[in-house]
Amino acid sequence: MPEGPIVDVHGIALRRPGALILRDVTLRVAPGEAVGLFGANGSGKSTLLRVLATLEKPSSGWGTVLGAAVGTGAAEMVRTRIALVAHEPALRENLTLEENLRLVAALSGRHDEDAAEALAAVGLAGARHRRAAVCSNGMRRRAEFARVALIGPDLLLLDEAHVGLDPAAGILVEEMVERTTSRGGAAVLVSHERERVREIISRSVTLSDGRLEETP
Amino acid sequence: MSLVHQIVVLFRFQLRDEVRTGEVAAVVIPFGAIALLVIPMAIGIETTLLARVGPGLFWAVVLLFGVVVTQRRTASTGQAHHDALTLLGVDPAARFAATALASGVLLLVFEVALGLVTIVLYDPLLTGWAWLGLVLPLVAAGLAMLGTIAGFVADGRGPLAPLLVAPLAIPILLGAAQATEGLVQGAGILRWILMLALVDVLLALAGVLTARPLEGPST
Repeated sequence: MPEGPIVDVHGIALRRPGALILRDVTLRVAPGEAVGLFGANGSGKSTLLRVLATLEKPSSGWGTVLGAAVGTGAAEMVRTRIALVAHEPALRENLTLEENLRLVAALSGRHDEDAAEALAAVGLAGARHRRAAVCSNGMRRRAEFARVALIGPDLLLLDEAHVGLDPAAGILVEEMVERTTSRGGAAVLVSHERERVREIISRSVTLSDGRLEETP
Repeated sequence: MSLVHQIVVLFRFQLRDEVRTGEVAAVVIPFGAIALLVIPMAIGIETTLLARVGPGLFWAVVLLFGVVVTQRRTASTGQAHHDALTLLGVDPAARFAATALASGVLLLVFEVALGLVTIVLYDPLLTGWAWLGLVLPLVAAGLAMLGTIAGFVADGRGPLAPLLVAPLAIPILLGAAQATEGLVQGAGILRWILMLALVDVLLALAGVLTARPLEGPST
């Protein structure tokens, strides 16, 4: 189980040519917490998730993710404990859903059977031999959740995970977050639908023009 | 998770993806064959001339269409998949090696297919055919690694990768053309084989060493 805060970053800024995407972002997420991250389009929510996932190096600021200092080589050591569900599904289009999950299983030291089980757990047992390219957006989302289940992350980052999901599948998001936080991990959920995630999150923050503020 | 395991897994799935997509088999190979077919129509069907220029034209077509093989859609899979692999702890060097390996296998298939077309259309006067068993894989490996590095550098920026590969592939084209010319003349080709091998070793080193910095902005 993780010790200390899962996320503890201070004064994070991220510049891109001609734009300051994040400015002076400070965020602390404790084990067992699920934080809702809100904000208008273009406010920097997805970029902040990528920074927390150690996929983007901040231009300035300091802190730790899962105990590893952000912006340093140490962060690479904790990447395998992080799962990010982004807007675009991380699927190879011409592989079947099961093959996509088998790829994840093989690279994370798990078995092919685990991939099949993960797909069954998100209601995709019947579609496991279907190519990702011909699956609906909702099915592709579910396959992403199966990937998360397979990894069992300590830090779960969800970027508008509810988009394209029917109510039944929405429960999967709830279960995924619950599974992570109950093990002592944490989750950060980006969403535009406050009502839909209200029951899942323990507190919320809002990004506005690159700045982060606690939301009542 | 060892580097070799990562390479084997990524190679296996990338090749499966390509076999299913069929871009190389259904598009690149037929177009390469058509290129070899239309040249005799342009320069005239003089069998002696065709036999003389056949090997050189074969390598020119392999180079130009080989770039397309290395930049096929299944060689890169978008930001989300790339991020997912990174978060699974996949070493950038493993990504390079697996992509280059898959491209190398596809290029070898491409070379053999076009080689057969060249034999049928041009009837080249080669001696020591067995040497091609070394030349073809060496050229395929070199082009594959060069194309993979260029793909990492271009990072989805449209036509930049082919523009990078074509001039940098000149040593490979030179070595391949001179080796086949040696086979036509019945001369020794060992030095050209060694040159191709040296280029391959240098490209392998360059690919492994630059894979991480070329991965993009990360911690």
